[in-house]
Amino acid sequence: MNTVSSGLLFHGADWDFSTLQRIHDSCADIAVSELGLDTYPNQIEVITAEQMLDAYSSVGMPLYYKHWSFGKHFAHHEAFYRKGLRGLAYEIVINSSPCISYLMEENTATMQTLVIAHAAFGHNHFFKNNYLFKQWTDAEGILDYLSFAKNYVAYCEERHGRAAVERTLDAAHALMSHGVDRYPGKKKLDLPGEEKRARERRVHAEASFNELWQMVPTGPAKSTSDLDVERRRALLGLPQENLLYFLEKSAPRLHAWQRELLRIVRHIAQYFYPQGQTKVMNEGTATYVHYRIMNSLHQTGQISDGNFLEFLQSHTNVVFQPEFDDPRYAGFNPYAIGFAMMQDIERIVTEPQEEDRAWFPDIAGAGDTMGVLRHIWENYRDESFVSQFLSPSLMRRMRMFHLHDDPEETAGIRVDSIHDERGYRRIRRALARQYDIGSIEPNIEIVDVDLAGDRRLLLHHTVQDGALLSEVDARRVLQHLANLWSYDVMLREIDSTGTLLKEHVVVPHQIAAAA
Amino acid sequence: MHIVDRRLNPSSKSLENRQRFLRRAKALVQDAVKKSSQDKDIKDVLEGAEVSIPLDGMHEPRFHREGGKRDLVLPGNKKFVEGDMLPRSGEASGRPRDPGEGDSEDSFRFVLTKEEFVDLFLDDLELPDMAKRRLAEAEQDGIRRAGYMTSGSPANLAVGRTVRLAMARRVALGRPTRMAIAELETELLDCTDEKRRQAIQAEIEALKAKARRIPFIDPIDIRYRKFEPTRKPAAQAVMFCLMDVSGSMTEHMKDLAKRFYMLLYVFLTRRYRHVEIVFIRHTDHAEEVDEQTFFHGPASGGTLVSSALEAMHAIVRSRFRPEDWNIYAAQASDGDNSYSDSELTGRLLSESILPVTQFFAYLEVSEADSEIFGSPDSSIWSLYQRLRADGAPLSMRKVSSRSEIFPVFHDLFHRRRGQESIVP
Repeated sequence: MNTVSSGLLFHGADWDFSTLQRIHDSCADIAVSELGLDTYPNQIEVITAEQMLDAYSSVGMPLYYKHWSFGKHFAHHEAFYRKGLRGLAYEIVINSSPCISYLMEENTATMQTLVIAHAAFGHNHFFKNNYLFKQWTDAEGILDYLSFAKNYVAYCEERHGRAAVERTLDAAHALMSHGVDRYPGKKKLDLPGEEKRARERRVHAEASFNELWQMVPTGPAKSTSDLDVERRRALLGLPQENLLYFLEKSAPRLHAWQRELLRIVRHIAQYFYPQGQTKVMNEGTATYVHYRIMNSLHQTGQISDGNFLEFLQSHTNVVFQPEFDDPRYAGFNPYAIGFAMMQDIERIVTEPQEEDRAWFPDIAGAGDTMGVLRHIWENYRDESFVSQFLSPSLMRRMRMFHLHDDPEETAGIRVDSIHDERGYRRIRRALARQYDIGSIEPNIEIVDVDLAGDRRLLLHHTVQDGALLSEVDARRVLQHLANLWSYDVMLREIDSTGTLLKEHVVVPHQIAAAA
Repeated sequence: MHIVDRRLNPSSKSLENRQRFLRRAKALVQDAVKKSSQDKDIKDVLEGAEVSIPLDGMHEPRFHREGGKRDLVLPGNKKFVEGDMLPRSGEASGRPRDPGEGDSEDSFRFVLTKEEFVDLFLDDLELPDMAKRRLAEAEQDGIRRAGYMTSGSPANLAVGRTVRLAMARRVALGRPTRMAIAELETELLDCTDEKRRQAIQAEIEALKAKARRIPFIDPIDIRYRKFEPTRKPAAQAVMFCLMDVSGSMTEHMKDLAKRFYMLLYVFLTRRYRHVEIVFIRHTDHAEEVDEQTFFHGPASGGTLVSSALEAMHAIVRSRFRPEDWNIYAAQASDGDNSYSDSELTGRLLSESILPVTQFFAYLEVSEADSEIFGSPDSSIWSLYQRLRADGAPLSMRKVSSRSEIFPVFHDLFHRRRGQESIVP
């Protein structure tokens, strides 16, 4: 066959399944031998544009429970797609084992190669090796869990009515961003285990009851109210920032199935937690990997010049970063900055300047590009990655500058620093903070419950930089929270000095348990 | 590695989510549908449409912060140096406002399919006084053809099918044709060689024997027509669409009338499965036409409304017995009628048509720029006014522009409580 004799993987734009197989094998070859990637086994699925839209609306997952909000997103995406305002992604990749990549059937052979290199190797390696994903997600089990979730939600709808399930899910979705454990190593509380322990204690106390001990004098008693607060907080595991977790375990009037629904939403939120923190790194890795693989394929004569130009064209589109005054500007493009940083690291490792040696003594001139990059991909997230590896030369190249917007400053917005000697560190710190999940999400905790009184739930929002919660949305979310909790909820916004800035009180609409 | 082809998987996995969304947003979407339908061509409307609903109510709230001190790193510095102050609202200083998420702030746009759109639009419409006449009537039994069967009475023998099957069997089993045997027999007559004669004779015998073994028609070939009892729906209705296509009707007016009927047509074919529709167009004479001709066929001439009413009456008499059918009629006209015809029209209506119809809607179309209220009533309008004053079930509306069609239609067929089929 012509293809084989000339060494090209394919001719022109057409492809079939054997082409895909050949492309995958060639990419795998380069990924393993040249880049030293370590990936989950791949599963490549060819889908239509409509299926891509379907996948969009369920955050890319192949199966998901039913909820109107997904329909809303679907309708929204579809409207844009139909009008031609927005193209579809070339691929979607799922952090699972085997790693599933969706390929659109409309893609040309070159695009399929690009997508396979990007998703099936770049993202795949990142999913398997990055510490956040290792820590928080279970790639083996996610599809089974989603399938369970889907069936369970369907079962609940049948058993308890669609409206009741929808109400619970609505509320859970509103709290989803505050339904993740941010730190590992929390002590595992599980309800049955807890109950068992309490039962055993009670049995023991009953068995070894002796009236004599009641008369033994004890030390100066803590005041009962102090004791109460302490015991209550210990019992309820307060303060607690995982709102969904707290409700699941402690909301007094929820049914078991409602708790299970909260748990499902919480687990899914937790699964996506690392993805939000690694956008730049994840896309940077994948883009860097596809760039290397495609170049390698071209150099070894497996891709023709014409097809390589086609690749370069889409690659350039993907890594395009409009400047801030460009109408197309919509924040930093994670592909652009990620890819630029990876390339910059490659430059530092192989041909460092004096400046780089001063800034990055560990890696400058280390020689082993892939070793350094693999280490970075494994051990950083966006925030730490930017604050460690954004180099002055890249800041100069992208002409970054830092604005400080203080509402109390009437003269306007101050240009705090620019890409010069004085500004490098400040720009880097500020950009890293933009990617810090801790400064993106408001810090909200449940601090107390008035168990003896009206069971009011008390939350604190620790205000940073004077940014209060958006009033309307906060009330809506609190309404959902109150409906689940079934009693009043109060949110206090407190700044770092402990001054109370604002207070929201919400009364539950309906008692969730009665639904 | 596996490659899975998902393209053949059942599509529209999101359909259910979408339906849930629509159900939830129903009231909002319905409003939007009505608004968007007003200034759209009906054809476009029926293609489905993009509607936009306020985000409120469909909003998914999240905790998020606003205000406060903000730090921002941007690419593409050209002239700023440290310490510059940029005026806050100045466009020139180029602070991008709200990057990225501008599209869904106050309203939410999406596309409805044709079915969804029509469903929502027609949701609270109903054919007036449906089934009043023959509500009590039980479903009728009837029979209809339902394929073939292998047993049955000789009267139902399906000859064509039987012969076809027999032929297939004969061809398959290689039954010798009569012609083949006849050929051999003529050859036998001409043949002089004794040996050859014997051979031919033997062959003829063999063929004849085979032909006897393989019958021309075998019992397994025989098929009978199968009939099956069915129930005919009882609440049957017929809708007469009458339209003036005479010379006095301009293109614009025809267009309005056509729109009204198209809407009506969609409404009827959608809401009631057993509704017959009769299209009658008239000039100074009337004719029953098919849908295509009704909407698109060219015609011109004078105007005699009575001709259409007569035609309708004749059709009712011959095909739709008022005892069995609920009869509805909708007439569209520019209001012109020859004076001599008024009396006949009035008599036909009040004596022949109205007594048998449940509902008679009259739509008067006029030029787009004409002042409806200023102009004197047309001859038909004043005639019908008179009839209505006598309590005839007659609804009338005037329409002069496209945007009014939907509201008028909606108004006429709005689902009503109680007895008020006569709308002022």
